[in-house]
Amino acid sequence: MQTNNPSHILEMDNVHFSYAHQPVLEDINMKVSPGSFLGLVGPNGSGKSTLMKLLLGLLTADRGDVKLFGEPVKSFKQWSKVGFVSQKANSFNSGFPATVFEVVSMGMYGKVGLFRFLKKHHKQKVREAIAQVGMEEYMYQNIGKLSGGQQQRVFIARALVSEPDLLILDEPTVGVDAQSVTNFYEMLKELNVHKGITLILVTHDIGAMSDYVTDVACLNKCIHFHGNKETFEANREEMMTAMYGHDVSVIEHNHAHDHHDHSHDHDDLAGTRS
Amino acid sequence: MIEVFFQYDFLRYSLFTGLLIGLLAPLIGVFIVVRRLSLMADALSHITLTGIAFSLLLGRHINFFAGMNPVYMGMIFAVSGSVMIEKLRHTYRFYKELAIPIILSAGIGIGVVFISLADGFTTDLFSYLFGSVVAISRTDFIVVLLLTSVVAILLFLFYKELFFLSFDEEQAVISGIPRRSLHLMFIVIVAVVIGLSMQIVGILLVSALMTLPVAAAMRLAGSFKQMFLYAVIIGEVSVLSGLFTAFHMDLAPGGMIVVINVVILLFVLAFTSKK
Ligand SMILES: Nc1ncnc2c1ncn2[C@@H]1O[C@H](COP(=O)(O)OP(=O)(O)OP(=O)(O)O)[C@@H](O)[C@H]1O
Ligand SMILES: [Mg+2]
Repeated sequence: MQTNNPSHILEMDNVHFSYAHQPVLEDINMKVSPGSFLGLVGPNGSGKSTLMKLLLGLLTADRGDVKLFGEPVKSFKQWSKVGFVSQKANSFNSGFPATVFEVVSMGMYGKVGLFRFLKKHHKQKVREAIAQVGMEEYMYQNIGKLSGGQQQRVFIARALVSEPDLLILDEPTVGVDAQSVTNFYEMLKELNVHKGITLILVTHDIGAMSDYVTDVACLNKCIHFHGNKETFEANREEMMTAMYGHDVSVIEHNHAHDHHDHSHDHDDLAGTRS
Repeated sequence: MIEVFFQYDFLRYSLFTGLLIGLLAPLIGVFIVVRRLSLMADALSHITLTGIAFSLLLGRHINFFAGMNPVYMGMIFAVSGSVMIEKLRHTYRFYKELAIPIILSAGIGIGVVFISLADGFTTDLFSYLFGSVVAISRTDFIVVLLLTSVVAILLFLFYKELFFLSFDEEQAVISGIPRRSLHLMFIVIVAVVIGLSMQIVGILLVSALMTLPVAAAMRLAGSFKQMFLYAVIIGEVSVLSGLFTAFHMDLAPGGMIVVINVVILLFVLAFTSKK
């Protein structure tokens, strides 16, 4: 951020998006300021993951502007400033013979750059990130042999290892046990408050989330609400009824099993970044 | 038994080439297998056959081609084939694997037409199909050495990007890795390695040398790096013992190399399933 000091980490201005003529997002306006912790909620199929893909540059908006750190995503280059944990993080090929250490190292690659190799201090950072999510015991274990929740932690470590300024998490706690979820939220809060990392958390767990976030956005094709948590709490019932038709605080929801054919997912990327 | 390989130049070059491809084919094979592209290697090897047939056909009519090693034409075909596969994979976004049978059958079909147009090179063709112990000249060897070095350096330089792309393409793209250009580089490398390896193992069996050692290594390895190590060891053992037995028993080396690979794989499977 030495070149410019944008007032917003993320800006979306009048963004529209459709998958093959089926509109999914309409007129999205959103601003995320540095240091905030945004909880993004909305029913299944409301376009949350799509919105995240737009701001990661994996999809291109039909209309409107998406800016990261003050720069249009199209020309944004400093991707090591952005960490992302995908909703489908654990749908990778579980037979893949890579260790936890090797997987978390991947998070460093963008920062290290082409034609360069991980140095001692990079490897130290990898170990620290693994310790941060409490997986040091499994450092040299094969990733495929871990449980779903453990794998999820490893992917969180991978997102953290490059010390991003913006961390985007798409339903990261699916498959993680209740105690670990609490620890996980504490960890996020710690990252947000003490390290000043801006967070965007997509979740269905509105109850647990609201103890930690600073801002809330409610999405269902368009943004129904976007503001600070206090305003959200005050109007919560209204918001929930508008979005879901009734007040839902905790939605039983498990995405761990709904991955589609993996090879097709890759195709989503084909047209945009690469 | 081994000494004979040093007594004759042509055998020595075959031996050295064997050593190089025993290294190269399993190295690239690791990425091919984890990216689920094993069948692409097959399609490209068949396109190589088309190029070889084309070169042999030209050689009957044009002097220039008569003196050229047909493998180079094979490589040119394989590289163009790999680019076409990429285009087709893009066209059939939701049925990517369709690209492979299209290219594979087109390759064989056109190759067969070329072969029948110029009937009468069956002995040559046999050694291209199943490999040969005596196919390598000094110039060929130098080309193999140069290309092996280039490929090895590229794999080394782009190791971490290829690793990331193989494991999790979406995340790799997000982190800013140039997916398209790396993938293109990768398939071109595969085409080149096929061209190099087929002189020893033959077109029909070249993809076996890329996948079988990796299939065995996968059962043994605890990490991605170990997979390379085991795959290369198995590749070298099979190529060397295949060459020796093929020479002494007058067999096609491609066949022996694959048989040895299969035996190793069976041993590994038997051994690892007990654990
Ligand atoms: N690759 C795709 N091709 C076509 N349509 C898609 C694709 N991905 C998502 N959609 C559609 O876009 C809409 C929004 O999907 P999205 O995944 O963004 O929802 P979401 O809010 O993340 O839902 P969930 O809570 O289930 O994760 C859905 O109606 C879905 O059917
Ligand atoms: Mg989603």
